[in-house]
Amino acid sequence: MHLSVHGVSKSFGEGRQAKLVLDDISFSIKSGEFVALVGSSGSGKSTVMRLIAGLERPSAGVIALDGQSVRGPGSDRGMVFQKYSLYPWMTAAQNVAFGMSLQGLPRPLVRERTAYFLEVVGLQDAARRLPKELSGGMQQRVAIARALAADPKVVLLDEPFGALDLQIRESMQEFLYQLWQRSGLTALLITHDLEEALLLAQRVHIMAPRPGRIVRTVEADLDRSNLPHLRMSAPFLELREELVTTLRNLDAAAS
Amino acid sequence: MRFSERPALRSPWLLGPLGIAAVLLAWSLISLSGAVDPLFLPSPPAVWQAVVEQFQEGILVADAIASIRRVFLGFALSAALALPLGIAMGSNPLICRLLEPLLGLIRYMPAPAFIPLLIIYFGLGELPKVLLIFIGTFFFNTLMIMDAVKFVPQELLETALTLGGRGLPILTRVVAPYIAPQVIDAYRINMASAWNLVIVAELVAANEGLGKRISLAQRFLRTDEIFVGLIVIGLIGLLIDLGFRAVLRRSCRWAS
Repeated sequence: MHLSVHGVSKSFGEGRQAKLVLDDISFSIKSGEFVALVGSSGSGKSTVMRLIAGLERPSAGVIALDGQSVRGPGSDRGMVFQKYSLYPWMTAAQNVAFGMSLQGLPRPLVRERTAYFLEVVGLQDAARRLPKELSGGMQQRVAIARALAADPKVVLLDEPFGALDLQIRESMQEFLYQLWQRSGLTALLITHDLEEALLLAQRVHIMAPRPGRIVRTVEADLDRSNLPHLRMSAPFLELREELVTTLRNLDAAAS
Repeated sequence: MRFSERPALRSPWLLGPLGIAAVLLAWSLISLSGAVDPLFLPSPPAVWQAVVEQFQEGILVADAIASIRRVFLGFALSAALALPLGIAMGSNPLICRLLEPLLGLIRYMPAPAFIPLLIIYFGLGELPKVLLIFIGTFFFNTLMIMDAVKFVPQELLETALTLGGRGLPILTRVVAPYIAPQVIDAYRINMASAWNLVIVAELVAANEGLGKRISLAQRFLRTDEIFVGLIVIGLIGLLIDLGFRAVLRRSCRWAS
């Protein structure tokens, strides 16, 4: 699997009112990688994700998955939104099964995979519960299971923990990291939280706003055997400190 | 703290029947006191007597069935056509642009104003009455369904797209279940207009029906029968409303 974003620009509006939101974005992701895009609001990071998902079209440049140019949304690029996008009338299990059933997988297989992915996210006991009966963190785990169950080549996570309390957020980050390690999924994470990006991703692209562009790329080569420990470790904090300064200067320059 | 709400909170369901009982009591007291001529305000026993008479003669049931049948036919037609049109308008901006001004305009034409035209076109039979109910509810139903579709959260649609969904399955498996509670509620609300209209239609021209009975009663100064008509109309309306609520509760547990 190889996802490449090459020279992508995006403007909204037309003619004189056209506003350049993304300017010449290029990066790529290979199978099994965990990549993050970090930027403040207005940096266009969510737009990058929507372009990759095929929910919008780039104004210039090419996005290709395994050499095939992206022309619209498809199940090869799964997506997890910030706000719980679970279907409120479906149980957790029905939500997880939804993608597979849209794709017309045979029922026994859907049932088997649903049980499997609910177990992967640790929610086998919540299978019959409605989203409103689940906590925010559980809902996001269902959303992740649903995305994974549709068997995508890459999972796009758009601020997946942005609406959660800090403590739940931290445990969800650890959950996602372990999930990535175990399942070998390929992930692109969008976040405004540098700590989250550095903690989880092997490569972090830092985006600057107005127009959105990648200004720096960091290979976060860290020892992730103990995430809670890593959060507090000196190399991690130093790197984070340095990048926070970079981001702050960028915001100051742009505003 | 003397005027705390504690008793009301303990059994709040009592309040509704209490309100009705208070009106009944006031009605009984006024008619017992003899302050109002029974010609204008029949006593509760007199009205009950009229109910029993009408029931025994079979006209009460026949009238109710005639009115309910008209409401049902007109409203079923309206609901069945409003659903696809409302969904089409809500999901396709072009169709919406084309039709919304037209529907918005017709909606403001009072349905009873169509009665003369309907009588000229279709005479005095059942069809004009059914069509009146259709005209009076179709545009509201359509526009309310259109709004429900427009407000389906974008994330729910986009999630379906990224899960491999396309076109019709998204409509039937995402849009339809999401709007179901609002559609049922729109039907419930507009059903009240249907009841108003069937009575209006029957006041103008009909052989039987609850509205017809009221206008006959007026001719013979039978205020007790007018009371019977009003109460029965109210009760049937209430039952239909409760029915819709029950359907909503049962079918859309997630939305409550």
